[in-house]
Amino acid sequence: MTVSGWLTIFLFCGILTALAIPLGHYMAAVYTGERTFMDRILGGPERLLYRLMRVDPHRGQDWKGYAKSLILFSLAGWLLLYSLLRTQTLWSWTGLNPLHFHSAPWNVTFNTTSSFVTNTNWQYYGGETTMSYFSQMAGLTVQNFLSAAVGISVAIALIRGIIGRTGHSLGNFWHDVVRTVLYILLPLSIVIALVLVWQGSIQTFTTYLTAHSLTGLTQSIAMGPVASQEAIKELGTNGGGFFNVNSAHPFENPTALTNLVEMLAVLVIPAALVFCYGRMAGNRRQGYAIYSTMMIMFLGAAIVCYIAEAHGSPAQHAAGLHTAAFSGSSGGNMEGKEQRFGIAGSALFDVVTTVTSCGAVNSALESFTGIGGAVPFANLSASEVIFGGVGTGLYSILLYVLLAVFLGGLMVGRTPEYLGKKIEAREIKLVALGILITPLAALFSAALAVASSAGRASISALGKGPQGLSETLYAYLSQANNNGSAFASYTGFIQPNAGNLGSHGITFATLVGGVVMLFARFAPILFVLAVAGSLAGKRISPAGLGTMRTDNPTFVVLLIAVIVLVGALTFFPALLLGPIVQGLTGHLY
Amino acid sequence: MTLKKDILTSIIAVAAFTLFLGILYPLVITGVSQVAFPGNANGQQVHLGGRLVASKIIGQSFADPVINRRTGKVKLDSDGNPVTTPDPRYFQTRPSGTVPADNAAATTFANLGPNDIATKQAIQANIKSYLALEKPYDPGLTVARIPVDAVDTSASGIDPDISVANADIQAHRIAAVRHLSPARVHQLISTYTAGRGLGFSGEPAVNVVQLNLALNRLGGR
Repeated sequence: MTVSGWLTIFLFCGILTALAIPLGHYMAAVYTGERTFMDRILGGPERLLYRLMRVDPHRGQDWKGYAKSLILFSLAGWLLLYSLLRTQTLWSWTGLNPLHFHSAPWNVTFNTTSSFVTNTNWQYYGGETTMSYFSQMAGLTVQNFLSAAVGISVAIALIRGIIGRTGHSLGNFWHDVVRTVLYILLPLSIVIALVLVWQGSIQTFTTYLTAHSLTGLTQSIAMGPVASQEAIKELGTNGGGFFNVNSAHPFENPTALTNLVEMLAVLVIPAALVFCYGRMAGNRRQGYAIYSTMMIMFLGAAIVCYIAEAHGSPAQHAAGLHTAAFSGSSGGNMEGKEQRFGIAGSALFDVVTTVTSCGAVNSALESFTGIGGAVPFANLSASEVIFGGVGTGLYSILLYVLLAVFLGGLMVGRTPEYLGKKIEAREIKLVALGILITPLAALFSAALAVASSAGRASISALGKGPQGLSETLYAYLSQANNNGSAFASYTGFIQPNAGNLGSHGITFATLVGGVVMLFARFAPILFVLAVAGSLAGKRISPAGLGTMRTDNPTFVVLLIAVIVLVGALTFFPALLLGPIVQGLTGHLY
Repeated sequence: MTLKKDILTSIIAVAAFTLFLGILYPLVITGVSQVAFPGNANGQQVHLGGRLVASKIIGQSFADPVINRRTGKVKLDSDGNPVTTPDPRYFQTRPSGTVPADNAAATTFANLGPNDIATKQAIQANIKSYLALEKPYDPGLTVARIPVDAVDTSASGIDPDISVANADIQAHRIAAVRHLSPARVHQLISTYTAGRGLGFSGEPAVNVVQLNLALNRLGGR
């Protein structure tokens, strides 16, 4: 461990908070329809989009109407993306398929499409050996924006339900999606993309390069419009890399500075949404309470992961390596990590992207130490509420807030109330379903995958002993949480040649994974919208002496306890057999 | 809203966003990047005598193809890739998990687990070749002094950088083989060492590609 390592973690949290507060206030203005400084530039395109789409952005929708628009919009996106990916060769005329790649098989494409539409970005393919530039831009980049916008819209709808004073309207879905894309995602993406290119990311349509090295070897170098996709990949907590090694690739993440910028891009919207919530609720302390909860759990995860990775792995020690830091060397478990990021920059990045639903990686999770790798596991087990994905993080933690209010109410014998609205049987049933769907999908599919030979076909030859269980469990946990990070040797795609010739998908892994992603994305969204609809119609009663406060440290402790307990009770037995066994023994398999 | 109208709106919305975000947005970013940062946007290419030699930020294998003495041809492994041996005139990049090493057209993690015997064996093999290459020029070199980055696989497989400690050990060899003063080699190392981002983020990193290109520019052997 080094001083700069600790500084990285703590300064990062400081910078994040400083950026998230003003962005949160700006976002509140965007969703409440206040004028912002962007109106003059974006008002025109916004009105044009509404006119094209034939919608009245001011027409309120109840929860069913909002949900119907959301599902149809996602379905249309799914169908278009699937068609584009399956007809990859048809688009070669654009010149954006320089190596004439064929389409990936149908089952891999089903998985990939479901993955990008659900903001998961689980990848059974390697970008530079599978996708044309056209597929990456017109297909994947678009869903990077849209799936993020859908997630944020749901969070905004839930906020409106919680604070709503009149009727059943949750706002207008089309209004929320259009404004999210135009006023938030697009301007920030442009800035981030240009910062990345300034630091060394590439942005070009030229074909792959062939270099003739100083020692007479040839090296083919994959190229492409990387920065534009990289920016929204982080900002929308998508995480699907342009290249197979994701943010470890020097063209995706060229310097230690871009590593910092990318981590900030991942967390800034989920963090800002919490402040946006406080502002929209007219009670900023509510936002601060949730932010404190998230930050405490985030810091805990980052610190544990950093200490574990800095300590080094049993395999390194068995080989006789000294893993302590010394002058000129970071020490630690550098297996599967890049020199320019070092231990802290890799551990923090992977914590950032697994607490959120981003799932980008700048180092090989499979090579993390048992305890270091247990941190991403724990983050996923907490169901993506520690900041979480864009929108999904806020709406998921609000479910836990309602649950904590209910439990707190039971403990002290008071009527559970949240911001003046009574929490009753109907809401708690929906909340419980919304919370339990994800673990159910994850554990059920992982059990199926471990128990069946079709599922075990995906485990790599290297995945012996607990590692095999770890990588399988992680695969389904990641897909159910719409995260997308991987213990990457778990595979669903056998691709002997670049360009998909002679390739085939493993049907079990691709289909089960795809269905799990769709189910665990849209079922909770429906429950969240139903909760929002149910709360929207309730009268607000004034807070009295009997009201339990939800904006003080006591509530923060209660909320953390609820999140940890639900996660631990659900996942502890499974985690025990995989990463925890590996972390507690020095035994090699 | 009726179902039919909602479906129509969805289709138009997805089509409009695809044009706007999938075509226009990448085109604009490409245009601005190509004008404002043409070197970076095209991958920081280095040309020598009209031929592309490397990208400054993509790791390369600085190894020589092994020639079969009997046939006079380059030896190939079972995958048809040339068998290579590290070239002692150059700084060496980190171990790579791609096939062949430093393959920038099909990057991959090595995915070696923390508790695997295979990982221990891979690290031991890397230690052995590192000692074989460096120890003749740095007789005091022991396993305890080897920095972890020198024998652990990088993430991308094309990591262009090594740690300062790793470069300092290799500097003995470079100075001896190229008949340079150690001070000159260390001066070059520090020229091509990028510091931490904003002074705290990441680790100092010595760019091997640029360092080797600079060594060749010095002339000599």
